[in-house]
Amino acid sequence: MDMNEIKEIFFQECEEQLAELESGLLKMNDGDRDPETVNAVFRAVHSIKGGAGAFGLDDLVAFAHVFETTLDCVRSNKLEPTQDVLKVMLKAADVLADLTNAARDGGSVDQARSRGLVKELEALAHGELPSAPSAAEAAPKPVKAAAPAPAPAPVKAAPAPTDDSGFQPIPFSFDDDFGGDEASAGMPEYEVSFKPRSDLYAKGNDATLLLRDLTRVGEMSIHCNMDALPGLDQLDPEGAYFKWTISVKTDKGEDAIRTVFEFAEWDCELDIRLIEDAASPVGGDEELPMIPVPFDLSALDGDEPAVETAEAPKPKSDAAAAVAAAETASNVTQLAAAAARVEKKEAAAAAAAAAANAAAQNNAAAGAGQTIRVDLDRVDRLINLVGELVINQAMLSQSVIENDNNGASSINMGLEELQQLTREIQDSVMAIRAQPVKPVFQRMSRIVREIADMTGKSIRLITEGENTEVDKTVIDKLAEPLTHMIRNAVDHGVETPEKRTALGKNREGTVRLTAKHRSGRILIELADDGAGINREKVRQKAIDNDLIPADANLSDEEIDNLIFLPGFSTADKISDISGRGVGMDVVKRSIQALGGRINISSKPGHGSVFTMSLPLTLAVLDGMVVTVAGQTLVVPLTAIVETLQPEASAIHSFGANHRLISIRNSFCPLVDVGRILNFRATQANPVDGVALLVESEGGGQRALMVDAIQGQRQVVIKSLEANYTHVPGIAAATILGDGRVALILDVDAVVGASRGQSLKAEISYAAAG
Amino acid sequence: MKKKVLTVDDSRTIRNMLLVTLNNAGFETIQAEDGVEGLEVLEEANPDVIVTDINMPRLDGFGFIEGVRRNDRYRAIPILVLTTESDAEKKNRARQAGATGWIVKPFDPAKLIDAIERVTA
Repeated sequence: MDMNEIKEIFFQECEEQLAELESGLLKMNDGDRDPETVNAVFRAVHSIKGGAGAFGLDDLVAFAHVFETTLDCVRSNKLEPTQDVLKVMLKAADVLADLTNAARDGGSVDQARSRGLVKELEALAHGELPSAPSAAEAAPKPVKAAAPAPAPAPVKAAPAPTDDSGFQPIPFSFDDDFGGDEASAGMPEYEVSFKPRSDLYAKGNDATLLLRDLTRVGEMSIHCNMDALPGLDQLDPEGAYFKWTISVKTDKGEDAIRTVFEFAEWDCELDIRLIEDAASPVGGDEELPMIPVPFDLSALDGDEPAVETAEAPKPKSDAAAAVAAAETASNVTQLAAAAARVEKKEAAAAAAAAAANAAAQNNAAAGAGQTIRVDLDRVDRLINLVGELVINQAMLSQSVIENDNNGASSINMGLEELQQLTREIQDSVMAIRAQPVKPVFQRMSRIVREIADMTGKSIRLITEGENTEVDKTVIDKLAEPLTHMIRNAVDHGVETPEKRTALGKNREGTVRLTAKHRSGRILIELADDGAGINREKVRQKAIDNDLIPADANLSDEEIDNLIFLPGFSTADKISDISGRGVGMDVVKRSIQALGGRINISSKPGHGSVFTMSLPLTLAVLDGMVVTVAGQTLVVPLTAIVETLQPEASAIHSFGANHRLISIRNSFCPLVDVGRILNFRATQANPVDGVALLVESEGGGQRALMVDAIQGQRQVVIKSLEANYTHVPGIAAATILGDGRVALILDVDAVVGASRGQSLKAEISYAAAG
Repeated sequence: MKKKVLTVDDSRTIRNMLLVTLNNAGFETIQAEDGVEGLEVLEEANPDVIVTDINMPRLDGFGFIEGVRRNDRYRAIPILVLTTESDAEKKNRARQAGATGWIVKPFDPAKLIDAIERVTA
């Protein structure tokens, strides 16, 4: 693993932490005051800061630090997490996400926004409440003691920002030389007096090791005073009885010696003193402290006997002797440990019980069971293999049925079981790739916040069923259409607070995003309580844009559906927010590309509801198997509205090549699939075949003529592009039970290829009745 | 024989860094993601030294250190705390729990290795 891979992992982790952060803040916004929620939020920011520091991502560290400081105030109950406070924090979470993305992709962030939030966060940490209309809320406890303010707006700060908690990021480098250099002779000499307390051993420190370590600082001679060692009968095996006096010759200064005792400082008496008449420094560069500094103030009891110093000619071997003596001491400790080992089992059991207890307490917060991370490629491979298995099983069934008409029951039973097992395996494998829609929903809450801010609206996003699972391939493609629809809902749908108040509505608008499973599909609903669709305006716009004739007689539902037509926009002027050249037609098309459908229902004055119905996976498709000119084709079931047997009286010719079919008083163009795909040179007689009424992009309907319907079936999708090449009119391929390849029809492409008429004409057919 | 280090940290990033740093320095590394898992793997891992974070879900560093020290077999094992926290009160709490030493994150690999060597035999 190299640095880049670790960095990649860091950014992945950031993404998870950011999601955790946002969901925690949203929970708090809903009144959740569980300390574990606050802790999880704190940990998320803390963790990002820690990793960012290791990579020297100073902007990120600086912002995360300010954020963390404010969160710590909440964690320690110094700051009440009111909705106003959380509003600032949610925005800070957005900035943190921006900074993370900028650090990864090298983009830039909105400096003014991040600086502004740093100020807001700092103000919160110092007990200043956000100036908001809701000042009537319970007065939060002020932050205790005005801590020194961190450097103002350190977002684009000096490379190594320091702050009140002393956090200093040290960029991480693997090139560091781990070796230490050896000390040489002729240096200042220090006298170290060191007397451990028994606590030193209890914390896993060891005098032996400290003395060994001291040999690395410089040349030393050592004396062990064992006067305090009692007789065996009085010996406390866990006591500490030795005191060492060490003289160290080093040019590394007193700090180097102190560093050795860094971890022992609290549990020993330590005195480090420069012996003044010692040789002068060789290098002379370093300034050495001339005054002995007592290391442990509490150790200055004054009742210690004078230090005996016995200098020996060969310091190293003397040190070894001391080490041996020290080892005795640590062996004594170990003896005690051994004696106590009898109770080990009980102790271990107690520790385990304690751990289990702690685990149980935190279980609710820890969430669902254990997970592993798997490379998506491996899952895809598995899904592919299971697809093959499904096909193979179907082939096997078919050949057994064909060859064994007498029905050997054991074979049939085995086959049935195999079929059931393959189905279960398929479902389980699909479930591996299934993920909750939560991350996408969470992203939407940010979009609502941003657009509400930009338009001065007050909006509450309510999400339901965010744990509803759907295939990752679907989730990935869901974000874009959803984003657009949310933008629309906030920008066009929900009224301004003033208008809402005037209308007698709640000042705060509500946008509700719901996900649920329904009959093997996922249903996503986006509802707002805004103004609803202004049908008069929509109608006028459609007439102005030549989309419908001025005298068209449309039902309310048909008018609502006009917004899905290409190039349609209800916004009077193109705003920054939703006028990005993307209309609802694009939304509809991307939903359809997913094998889904979208519907709208609107109630003027009460809001609109968009309903999307999507397949749970893109790897399997519900299709209608049809025959066209001797070929077997699969038509995605989602595209088919209804099937019908055309009667001669319903067919109308329209020029040499075009035919229409009248369905319930409206006309629909007939498309001969066999002709479009060049399976045959002349059009078949519609009366001999079956018409599949399909809905294509732009909402237009077409009647696809096929020769016969074989039945409905779930098919495993095999990419044509990946295995062969793109074929116009064909979306993908599949393998049927008899082993033959069947092509899956690309309904939109077929309709597009057949399109001789303009969209205007198409709508007028629908409107003609 | 290679010295064995048990690292306990909930951040994948830090775990990976520790893994690379420690392996490069010739240690054998065993990792746990939080205090609960740390205690679970302790017996099997039988480490020479433990490096643990403080802020962790389920069981934090303080609880983990206490848990380790409660087990007689591990009462003398050195435990280094590696954390971004640097305030004296928390340091003190970790000491009370039985931590051997304290290293402030983000760590300098040389200092970390130095600290580990300092507390292990």
